[in-house]
Amino acid sequence: MAWKTLDRTEPVYDKDAPVVLSEAVRRKIESYFPRYETKRAVLLPALHVVQESLGHVSWKAMAEVAEILEIPPSDVLDTISFYTHFWTKPKGRKVITVCRSISCELMGGREMLDAVKAKLGIGEHETTPDGEYSLVTEECLAGCDHAPCMLINERLHKNVRLEDVEKILADLENDRIDAQRSDLYDAPDEPEAGQSGDDAADATSDVAEMKAAD
Amino acid sequence: MGKYEPVLLRSVGVADSRTLAVYQSRGGYAGARKALTQMSSEEVIEEVKRANLRGRGGAGFPAGVKWTFLPKDRTRTYLCVNGDESEPPTFSNRVLMEHDPHQLIEGVIIAGYATKAQVAYIYLRVEFHEQFHHMQTAVDEAYAAGILGKNIFGSGYDLDVYVHRGAGAYVCGEETGLIESLEGKRGWPRIKPPFPAIEGLFRKPTVVNNVETLCNLPHIIERGADWFLGVGPQGSSGPKLFCVSGPVKRPGCYESPMDITCEELIMSDKFGRGMTDGAKVKAVFPGGISMGVLSADELGMKMDFDDPRNFGLLGLGTAAAVVVNTDTDIREVLRNLARFYALESCGQCTQCRMGTSWMYRIAQRIALGAGRLEDLDLFEEVSGRMGMMPGLSICGLPDGATFPLRGLIQKFRGEFEEHIRNQAPGRADELLTVLN
Repeated sequence: MAWKTLDRTEPVYDKDAPVVLSEAVRRKIESYFPRYETKRAVLLPALHVVQESLGHVSWKAMAEVAEILEIPPSDVLDTISFYTHFWTKPKGRKVITVCRSISCELMGGREMLDAVKAKLGIGEHETTPDGEYSLVTEECLAGCDHAPCMLINERLHKNVRLEDVEKILADLENDRIDAQRSDLYDAPDEPEAGQSGDDAADATSDVAEMKAAD
Repeated sequence: MGKYEPVLLRSVGVADSRTLAVYQSRGGYAGARKALTQMSSEEVIEEVKRANLRGRGGAGFPAGVKWTFLPKDRTRTYLCVNGDESEPPTFSNRVLMEHDPHQLIEGVIIAGYATKAQVAYIYLRVEFHEQFHHMQTAVDEAYAAGILGKNIFGSGYDLDVYVHRGAGAYVCGEETGLIESLEGKRGWPRIKPPFPAIEGLFRKPTVVNNVETLCNLPHIIERGADWFLGVGPQGSSGPKLFCVSGPVKRPGCYESPMDITCEELIMSDKFGRGMTDGAKVKAVFPGGISMGVLSADELGMKMDFDDPRNFGLLGLGTAAAVVVNTDTDIREVLRNLARFYALESCGQCTQCRMGTSWMYRIAQRIALGAGRLEDLDLFEEVSGRMGMMPGLSICGLPDGATFPLRGLIQKFRGEFEEHIRNQAPGRADELLTVLN
């Protein structure tokens, strides 16, 4: 969205943390380079991968992304603070995004939001104490023919009736989609635990990975 | 009139319509093959220009003409596919990508060939998760089959297509906002000129086309411009997707020539099938919310590119109608819409950043039962002082805010005044906490 973003203004300030991005994440970010004319254009894909991998994008993660893309860290913060999708502090394992635009509101979206809040015991932009759910609202999700609707991570729940809310939230698989997935924007598989390096990979292997990704 | 055979939505309901095998078995990629092997780029542009394919993203600018703005001596060209679909209550692009991703890829190949683009980016809003997987899977399939990449159909034409995900911003649907976002920056629209055709993505000549616009291309090439011109009324030819949502019996995305009225879209058995619970129509936003509002006695408006202007609307927009019934408090509608623009303004232009926020505050005050009669005039004044039309802003977002909000105030003024006259006293005290 916009000139004023909630939740994104106070990044976790982990300046003195050790390296937070793993080698696999770095390689995945670099694998996007051949797709764009500038390294900066890789910023959104990179932030997606970092958030998938770490759960949020902390201060240190922004600085490391900036280093990989050879841009000032302030540019990363500038971009990240514009978009609603990125979290700069920890979020729940699943993010519930309730649509509140006109079609959903006319079809009972507000009541649906209230039911979710009551069930989880949290307000908007809050996370449950067990770290399972975060709740946000968003403008139109383009699911107006199925209003009211809400996203849980990747899955769009359509035509949600008030009596369905409890059942949806109790379903452990409520964030899985039933379709062939692409792992292009997913967190990479981590070969070894907790290990990360400082050196960028050489360019030839990136191209090879790139071809494999296609 | 005979039964209309859908073109763009022909694959909806077909088993495995997303797969390359099914798409090809139903004649898919014949249009792209014909364009690349039998026609020159110039001939493709000429055919699309002759068909007068007007952009389906909102502005209705002819796609073929847009392509001719590219400089002749360019060496690098980018094609951006606008799949940011964020206009409430629009979902036609979603339906196209869900059911027929290869149709879009075929359109991308044809547009890429016509504009001599080397790289195309399909920009998807991040909330399109399923649609991202469908598109990326289809792109992977097309690469594996040699339909994308080097020497497509043996024509010598190379095209790389990448799916790029946004991160949640309405304004990235504006073409220069989309370009900035693709470059890894805030989605702040650029001052024009230079237009993207001259200086766009990475400062190279760039064409930005909407998903639905591109999905028309395979059919225009395969069946010819004359077929396209024969569908629907003059000036608004070709198949079009219409969305209808709100309290109607059958909300959904429908395909039709642009010879239908707004009333038909809501009431006809072919489309929305009328209102639920026997309610009556109070208001309709027929072109996505940003085009403006129709009152119940204006439903005879034709859903084509020209008639909306006769009803004080900005245009056809995305042809996505949301219906408001007589049980709905018009003040809540105003508040919902005003919030949308206040939150989605990118903040670059002062009068949009502040103006949309002021309108939201006024709308909140009215909705909370503490409105003043002079608020309605104030609202009109604020909305008249922002946007591209008075020449004050970089992009059309404030115009898109003005038309529905001012339209609501103007067309339902009596109702607002009645609410304000009848509201209980004393609510104003509660407001300070709400508005800050």
